[in-house]
Amino acid sequence: MIDYTSASIDFALLGPEIALLASAFLILVTGYVKSLGKLSPGVAFVGLVIALVLSLNQWGNQSSGFFGMVTCDDFGSAFKVIFTLIAILTLLMAHRYLSHKSLNRPEFYALLNISTMGMMVMANSTDLVVMFLGLEIMSLPLYVMAGMARRSPESNEAGIKYFVMGAFASAFLLMGIAFVYGASGTTDLRRLVTDYHYIVGNFKLYLYSGVAMILVGFGFKVGAVPFHSWIPDVYEGAPTPVTAFFSVGPKAAGFAVLLRLFVFGFAYIGLLSDVFWVLAALTMTVGNIMALRQNNIKRMLAYSSIAHAGYILIAFAVGGDSAVSAAMFYLVAYALFNTGAFAVLVLLETRTGCKSDFSELSGFSRLHPYLSSVLALFMFALCGFPPTVGFFGKFYLFSAAIQSGFIWLVVIGVMNSFVSVYYYLRVIKVSFFDQPQQTFVPVTYSPAIIVVLLITLAGTLGLGLFPQQLLDISQSAIFAFL
Amino acid sequence: MIEVYYPILFLGFFAALLAVIMVSISILLGRRTDMGKKEEPYECGVEPVGSTRDPIPVKFYMVAILFILFDIEVIFLYPWAVISRQLGLFGFIEMVVFVIILLVGYFYILGRGALKWD
Repeated sequence: MIDYTSASIDFALLGPEIALLASAFLILVTGYVKSLGKLSPGVAFVGLVIALVLSLNQWGNQSSGFFGMVTCDDFGSAFKVIFTLIAILTLLMAHRYLSHKSLNRPEFYALLNISTMGMMVMANSTDLVVMFLGLEIMSLPLYVMAGMARRSPESNEAGIKYFVMGAFASAFLLMGIAFVYGASGTTDLRRLVTDYHYIVGNFKLYLYSGVAMILVGFGFKVGAVPFHSWIPDVYEGAPTPVTAFFSVGPKAAGFAVLLRLFVFGFAYIGLLSDVFWVLAALTMTVGNIMALRQNNIKRMLAYSSIAHAGYILIAFAVGGDSAVSAAMFYLVAYALFNTGAFAVLVLLETRTGCKSDFSELSGFSRLHPYLSSVLALFMFALCGFPPTVGFFGKFYLFSAAIQSGFIWLVVIGVMNSFVSVYYYLRVIKVSFFDQPQQTFVPVTYSPAIIVVLLITLAGTLGLGLFPQQLLDISQSAIFAFL
Repeated sequence: MIEVYYPILFLGFFAALLAVIMVSISILLGRRTDMGKKEEPYECGVEPVGSTRDPIPVKFYMVAILFILFDIEVIFLYPWAVISRQLGLFGFIEMVVFVIILLVGYFYILGRGALKWD
């Protein structure tokens, strides 16, 4: 009998997760006590900061616990830091928006922290079951957050759609895990790697169908193309700060797990490179072409997030440490400038009656020259123009692909980048050069959102001028598990 | 190899047989009463015809859903109770943490007013 009380259960590994969960519980208990309810954002913020410090503390620490199901390595810690930063930015931009739309309930902050905790569990897991558990902890709060604006039919639609599609994806994932378990007798990633001769030799069909289903499950979560149909409606319907969180947080978590699974775990299946080739090409192309036709900025950014997922998928087709560290670099860069773009949208939508259509931007630059320039800069970063970090993200990805001989994939990627310039620059064109149809209602700032804009702006420009530091960090994070 | 699956086949066969027998017995022996109400679809006691936008009281649903949630979570206590001696103090503390997590949920629904009847 296994000694369940042994030291293999190591709670120090889960420090950040415990901090987030504790803060979420505190919010739930105190949120509806009269005088304490106002403290919820503060409690959530403190919990996130503690989690951030604990995650930074875990950097350089390599250990494994809970019978090898949770592994603490630099890869996981780096992603934990990314998740907490995204959650902090979301929290800062959400508070005033939610008050304005009278959605400011304590549950939002609790759900945000619980969802971030789920992402951390995903990034740290080296076991398929724990991975699934983390995915569900992340997803269930997201469904509620999407449908949070109860009086708005669009938000309800977003919640229901996300829930139904997400549950469907989870079913695929679970079936895939069952198949892999059936083929190998284990859900431990390390054993799947060490025993691969035996598994592939005897149960190839079961292993392949299991891996395919797992890929479908996570393809839904990151929005790869045959599985992307939920993204535009959900992104458009959800409250805008929630959309900002959706477009970077769960995506980063999904890619963290995909990297662990398909670069470390199932890398020996040669066929996978071709599968990812097709997925990447499809995702880039469909995302960019559909984005061309959108008249709503949130919807355009939804399709653009599909396209960016396609660029990151190139790294999976290529494989190898330079491509994977480029993918990680790209994820951080994308999180920065995409959150920044959404922060500007949140500011715009804090005025009454704004739906984020392109036409509403006309006259933006005359009234707010600085804010519209900031938006323009984020659009340049999304295009991938230097000197923003978006350029180096694409540069590292494409150069890694060329070094490994994936010329055609890079050609498709570069052509897609050209296509994307059209719809990103359309935002700039409308806000700077179009004649205003009606008077532009001025935007009012809040300190928190200015902090968000400054952080994302500093990151987008600073890392664009000095990208080497971030690249070094992502490379050393990758070496932890390759 | 295939023989090991015979029991499953038999199980399926007898389950189907039992269902057929029970339905046919009730058709043969049962008394038939044709009333208007019986023809209507069952909608949990709510009038089946009318506007779907009518507000309906959800008190029963709330209590039932919350009860089921806690009920299922408490089932987790059973496997622990079976081997609680082997798990010792560590297992006890783990279970206390689990119950505290449940309690947080309980205090939340109390604070939210989900159990208020009026």
